Amino acid sequence: MTVKTSGQVHYLDHAATTPMVDAAVEAMTTHLRDVGNPSSLHASGRHARRVVEESRETVAQALDCRPSEVVFTSGGTEADNLALKGIHWARSAELGPGARIISSAVEHHAVLDPLDWMQQAGEAEVCLLGVDAVGRIDLDELDRRLAERPVSLVSVMWANNEVGTLQPIDEVVALAARHGVPVHTDAVQALGSVPLGFAASGVDAMTVTGHKVGGPFGVGALVVRRDLGLTPLLHGGGQERDVRSGTLDTPAIAGFAAAVELAVKRQSEHADHVSALRDQLVSRVLAAVPEAHLHGDPLDRLPGNAHLGFPGCEGDSLLMLLDARGIECSTGSACSAGVAQPSHVLLAMGCAPEAARHSLRFSFGHTSTQADVDAVVEAIVPVVERARAARRS
Amino acid sequence: MRVVAAMSGGVDSAVAAARAVDAGHDVTGIHLALSRNPASYRTGARGCCTIEDSNDARRAADVIGIPFYVWDLSERFHDDVVEDFMGEYAAGRTPNPCLRCNEKIKFAAVLERALALGYDAVATGHYAQLAPGPDGVVEMHRAVDDGKDQSYVLGVLDQRQLAHSLFPLGGSTKTDVRAEAARRGLLVADKPDSHDICFVADGDNAGWLRDRLGDRAPNHGGPIVDAETGDELGRHDGTYGFTIGQRKGLRIGRPAPDGKPRFVLDIEPVSGTVTVGPHERLAVRRLTGIRPRWCGAAPTRLRGTVQLRAHGRELPATVVVDAPDGEVSIELHEPAYGIAPGQAAVVYDGTRVVGSATIATTGA
Repeated sequence: MTVKTSGQVHYLDHAATTPMVDAAVEAMTTHLRDVGNPSSLHASGRHARRVVEESRETVAQALDCRPSEVVFTSGGTEADNLALKGIHWARSAELGPGARIISSAVEHHAVLDPLDWMQQAGEAEVCLLGVDAVGRIDLDELDRRLAERPVSLVSVMWANNEVGTLQPIDEVVALAARHGVPVHTDAVQALGSVPLGFAASGVDAMTVTGHKVGGPFGVGALVVRRDLGLTPLLHGGGQERDVRSGTLDTPAIAGFAAAVELAVKRQSEHADHVSALRDQLVSRVLAAVPEAHLHGDPLDRLPGNAHLGFPGCEGDSLLMLLDARGIECSTGSACSAGVAQPSHVLLAMGCAPEAARHSLRFSFGHTSTQADVDAVVEAIVPVVERARAARRS
Repeated sequence: MRVVAAMSGGVDSAVAAARAVDAGHDVTGIHLALSRNPASYRTGARGCCTIEDSNDARRAADVIGIPFYVWDLSERFHDDVVEDFMGEYAAGRTPNPCLRCNEKIKFAAVLERALALGYDAVATGHYAQLAPGPDGVVEMHRAVDDGKDQSYVLGVLDQRQLAHSLFPLGGSTKTDVRAEAARRGLLVADKPDSHDICFVADGDNAGWLRDRLGDRAPNHGGPIVDAETGDELGRHDGTYGFTIGQRKGLRIGRPAPDGKPRFVLDIEPVSGTVTVGPHERLAVRRLTGIRPRWCGAAPTRLRGTVQLRAHGRELPATVVVDAPDGEVSIELHEPAYGIAPGQAAVVYDGTRVVGSATIATTGA
């Protein structure tokens, strides 16, 4: 295969995935040639088991939880599914079938789609909280919804993957606690970007994944309190205390642990690094394209996220034109056949469908540099002009 | 040149894109998403707008080594092609949505967007040939492969559209194109050709129309009347199920007195009357066309040929044009049968496509 690349690539899509850090590559590759199933009883099995358990301890220490609270999964989507279905089904035993799950309208599809499936299947009554113009949930509505009928679970993301807005997790936990309802949070985007502690936060379950923090693809974890009932989704060999069967992926788990450890250790300096670049990008792009605007909370947001609207343009055109100049970003919206749908996050924030299509997400990460910002600023005016012309045609 | 290659996911457009690269162009692959709900369009290898087709197009672009994007033209497609298709049937006519798609989508919406984004041309896998004509005009000619020639469905393109088009397959046979696809490692080499209308998922046009026309005329029953006697021979559920020249499915109990089979001669949408009669009454020698589209300068009077349906025979004819945008009168030198208003009449001068018009009226 020959792919033409002219000049440098400016990768500004770290919220989609970020390059692996050296520590994770080393930890993972060290074990790729090892023999031994962590469930085996012989020496090779014991060795693999030791790697897995040391990784679990590393993750636990980094995330402020106990090792026994870490359930390794294939990533964020599985962890979200396990939390939503597993907790709801376990709680349904006491609440009866069809209990309510409260979540928000701006969740990732890994939360929204399982909820939709559960509702369609008659498993749960799903209530999605509305958000304000910056994408923050309505706490008064949460309070009301909790009081209306039995609730099995509240699931609210720590930080939004599209517009970067941070959710008031402390308040969510406090309100849910008054009704004795457990809280799950998808912290996939928050880990490594903002201070994050499982025990300190008071949440009952938390989703994290490797490839967003410099670890490998295909590995993540659900951190979940030991005393919270959890119905398994995968049945088999009984790994992960019978909650998640399947042979443990020792090298991936080792790489994941190394990445999580480093991400948490470097969180503060990482946030300073990416937010400085992000702030510069936003102010320089807004100066160059005065009609453009920033979506999401201007301050209380992920440090590496810049979600910008360009009125009169289609995000698809902008993305394609920037891609041709070696600048890689995202329209931030889901696609199946590659057909961009208007972002459900922006629609929930009150944007008109047309406005929900004219946006780009630039997300910075550990490899981002000043040159990335300069490249965007240099390209943005001609790109916006062309995209506008294409829209009018 | 910077070229957008429209890639359907089929073998032709994949090879066309590869040839555009070989010709030295800077090519970007584009797949057109034409439905908001891709599952509702044809599935498998026969359609042009399913998720599988999108993935096939993407894999072909990978193999060729060009960037690839999906362009969402579903709203334009619905407004300009699907609505037009329904409206034409509601008016008792028989439209060809592929021509409409070429005129309004592939060589209009896509081309305009491509030009605005800084591209110079659109390349497709259609079998037709472009050649320089006098005074810098771009002429379109029939493809080398008679069996695959698609100049008929391109007869709606004007000079500006042709000047920004590339048809890299016009000089090849389908057999050669398939062999070339295999040689290039394109996995779509053996994919069957697409047929039928892409947005009618199961190929059942009448059923599709029945479901969607709702209360719009002519979605109501009406009489089936004998043209010779004026007798009502039966009833039908809706005129959308009929097309001029149709013989099957008339559900007439009584045979004709002369024992000859009956054909649909006329569809009158308001009353819902379907008139049937013997084959000889289908003969058409004179046509008028509206909405003409000329590939270059409009002719005034031309002795050439016309083709009245995709893969139809070409018939010698004299074409008279009042004004470039005006009515087109066509006199056929031998009769045509089963010609329906709404179909396109494409005018040729030898192998050269002169232009086209939508058939408005027919006469014996």
